[in-house]
Amino acid sequence: MTAVAIPTPPAARRTSFLHGMRVVGYRAVRSIPKEPETAVPAIIIPVFFFVVNIGALQNIAEFADPGFDYKAFQLPVAIIFAVTGISRASMLVTDIQDGYFDRLLMTPVPRRALLLGLMIADFVLVVALSVPVLILGFAVGVRFETGVLGVLLFTLMGAMWGLVFTGFPYSIALKTGNPGAVNSSFILFFPFAFLTTSFLPQEALTGWLSAIATWNPVTYLLAGMRALVSDGWDWDAIGKAFLAILGVGILTQTMALLALKGRVARG
Amino acid sequence: MSAAAAVVCEGVRRHFGATEAVAGVDLEVQPGEIYGFLGPNGAGKSTLVRVLCTLITPTDGRARVAGFDVADDPDAVRLRIGVALQDAALDPKQTGTEFLLLQARLYGMTPAEARSRLDELQALIDIGDAIDRQIGTYSGGMARRLDLAAALVHHPQVLFLDEPTTGLDPASRAKVWDEVRTLNEDMGMTIFLTTQYLEEADELAHRVGIIDKGRLVAEGTPQALKQSVGTDVIVARVDGDAEVAKAAVEGIDGIDAVEIHRDELTATANDGAAVISPVAVALNGCGVTVRDLTLRTPTLDDVFLELTGEHIERGQAPVAEEAER
Repeated sequence: MTAVAIPTPPAARRTSFLHGMRVVGYRAVRSIPKEPETAVPAIIIPVFFFVVNIGALQNIAEFADPGFDYKAFQLPVAIIFAVTGISRASMLVTDIQDGYFDRLLMTPVPRRALLLGLMIADFVLVVALSVPVLILGFAVGVRFETGVLGVLLFTLMGAMWGLVFTGFPYSIALKTGNPGAVNSSFILFFPFAFLTTSFLPQEALTGWLSAIATWNPVTYLLAGMRALVSDGWDWDAIGKAFLAILGVGILTQTMALLALKGRVARG
Repeated sequence: MSAAAAVVCEGVRRHFGATEAVAGVDLEVQPGEIYGFLGPNGAGKSTLVRVLCTLITPTDGRARVAGFDVADDPDAVRLRIGVALQDAALDPKQTGTEFLLLQARLYGMTPAEARSRLDELQALIDIGDAIDRQIGTYSGGMARRLDLAAALVHHPQVLFLDEPTTGLDPASRAKVWDEVRTLNEDMGMTIFLTTQYLEEADELAHRVGIIDKGRLVAEGTPQALKQSVGTDVIVARVDGDAEVAKAAVEGIDGIDAVEIHRDELTATANDGAAVISPVAVALNGCGVTVRDLTLRTPTLDDVFLELTGEHIERGQAPVAEEAER
């Protein structure tokens, strides 16, 4: 045995939660342009629905309620369509399958930073996806009653919603490590995005759809966002929108963190 | 439990449901040692490595690495170990440079420290300009060397290599062996190496632990382990009743022990050259047909065979066999 060499002292240091999140987030953000297949459909779908919905329903909606601006009514829907279900969960599954996630687990980076770092990239992406939709809205004549600050808050609301929704695909990714299951999580988008006031105001909904929409957090999110566009600083609607985001966020992020804990425990 | 040892296991067990992957392992690896952990597929090697690397906790028993308990202080262990698992754990969409810089940053190095370390590692792994290519384009050998570099980025005290050469061509395998020797001899790094290749353990390890069905069945220097079997080994492959052949050979003076495994008869002796003729005569006279008869020195496979009655699985050919193809 040769044991005469003096080992070099380890260069590793314990890292803070923020440092870990920043480094993991940096990698995740840089991965976005390498996977355009994630972002391209996410921008086509909201633009498609925005254009089709306005084309199909604008005249009827504005005929029934003169003075009603259906384009302004649809802009928040387009944003929600753009940001809901967008995440780096597929990257996480790939990392799990390639063994790279194990490598991350063997670094001194705190576990939760490995997940929340990915969400930094999600936040960047959903904000980026909101921009072309907003530009389209402005191009067709939508104006914000609340001005520039309202636009910023509107974007923040959409981004926060997109962020809290990522808890679903992340928990599925961590629980299953299966890309097919993660792709299937997109199906959760439909009840949240359609069983609500996507096409008509709540007072126009009837029966079961009206009942479900009352319980759907997206109804309150849309109401808050629409208030920023059409009504002004309606703090009641805005407050309820943030409460809806908070409620869903507590549920989804708890699910994701528990799934992370389970994945770490299983090794 | 020795406080100074680099790796200590005391009664380590790990269950997965009803399956006991590691069934009570006790071992110690000293600082500066290359410890070869040899066993067939499914013996529990990788599970024990995952315990020692803090990826899973032991169901029972205690393990310390670099002086810290893997269950009680896993973060302290993580700062001091480098790991290259069985499959290279890489991000195929990053370049080699991006990957190593990120790895350094994950270990708390500053950007300047990371850049400086990258230069050192480039010299070690020697993959040339490929370092700036996407990892997805790398050959198996290049990927494995990059994986090794990532394991070394923070100057670990203890390096775990889980079957580091499985699936590599002979040239790449020899290169990894050289790197392992360099790390140990020049940098004093303790290396815990799992392998299913007899030659690898024989070639690299100062001491070898042999694991079977989750238990450590033998431990020692490769030389001592081989000597425990005998000085020489005579192997005969026979058609016919192997039990009859065994009985015929057991009676020969100078034969220490005889084992049969399917159609293969293995006899150990201190002076194989002196007894091979009587063995040939005995086999010829007992009604079996001898297909081949060889005399050789013992291998670690003979040790494993004597201890477990089985050969180590050779799902993937060792260097010598592969090179012949």
